[in-house]
Amino acid sequence: MPPNGKVAIGAAMKARVFITLKPGVLDPQGKAIHHALEGLGFSGVNDVRAGKLIELDVDPATSDSDLEGMCRKLLANTVIENFRIERSAES
Amino acid sequence: MKTAVIVFPGSNCDRDLAVALEQVTGRAPAMVWHKDSELPDGTEFIGLPGGFSYGDYLRSGAMAARSPIVRAVVEAANRGVPVLGVCNGFQVLTETGLLPGALMRNAGLNFVSRPVALTVENSQTLFTSGYEQGQTIRIPVAHHDGNYQADEATLDRLEGQGRVALRYAEQVNGSSRQIAGILSDAGNVMGMMPHPERAIEPAHGSTDGRRLFEGLLETVA
Repeated sequence: MPPNGKVAIGAAMKARVFITLKPGVLDPQGKAIHHALEGLGFSGVNDVRAGKLIELDVDPATSDSDLEGMCRKLLANTVIENFRIERSAES
Repeated sequence: MKTAVIVFPGSNCDRDLAVALEQVTGRAPAMVWHKDSELPDGTEFIGLPGGFSYGDYLRSGAMAARSPIVRAVVEAANRGVPVLGVCNGFQVLTETGLLPGALMRNAGLNFVSRPVALTVENSQTLFTSGYEQGQTIRIPVAHHDGNYQADEATLDRLEGQGRVALRYAEQVNGSSRQIAGILSDAGNVMGMMPHPERAIEPAHGSTDGRRLFEGLLETVA
């Protein structure tokens, strides 16, 4: 039990939202990273695409459709980005 | 003409836009804060200024597009009130869905800040009636995320419907088809990356932006 005596209901649910550029959308940032890797002497990298990871600490009762709504309404711009949600019970 | 300029935390061209509007219309605009939920009664024109609203967090314009006042701006736009988004204002308009496409990081990765040549592709709009069709004008740009991207079908539709109002006459940021400014389907919403409010007086180096506001005044008022 946590020190405050409260049972930790709803305290331990993570949702990870991975946001990536849609295929075909130009990614100048990925290109720059690619060039920098080559500059460091790493060969064999064919392409680099940069994205974002957003971690949400949510109540376990949060529904999948709520999470998807968050992505569609704010976290991702679906004109140019795809998103994928991963839920995990660990803290 | 009764005008309003929306001010977000991080806006930095709001005062330039206000000065330009006051010089041309003879009346100072209402400066409306992002937390307000209503526009002043009888607002006939809304300007979304340049800057870095909310520090460009998440994506440029993303947070501003979800602010209380922008809900009122979208409603007004849907009623036909003219709305001009400059630079960050253009990014906000694409994030609201009032304009299609998205503004991505400049293809060259650099922040571009310089006067650029633009071609007036359509002078039969609320915003460009002060120009001649095909005229070349010089207006400054200052942005990092001005690379306009949309799918081919959207680009074809924009061009086919005369909704590409302004095009870069030189390479600037990698925008699809050199697009610098576009209109909504109904024609009362325009987004543009260049800053017309920075080309008003001879001391600015160009006065080519002034005709945009003068044309707007003639068509709206």
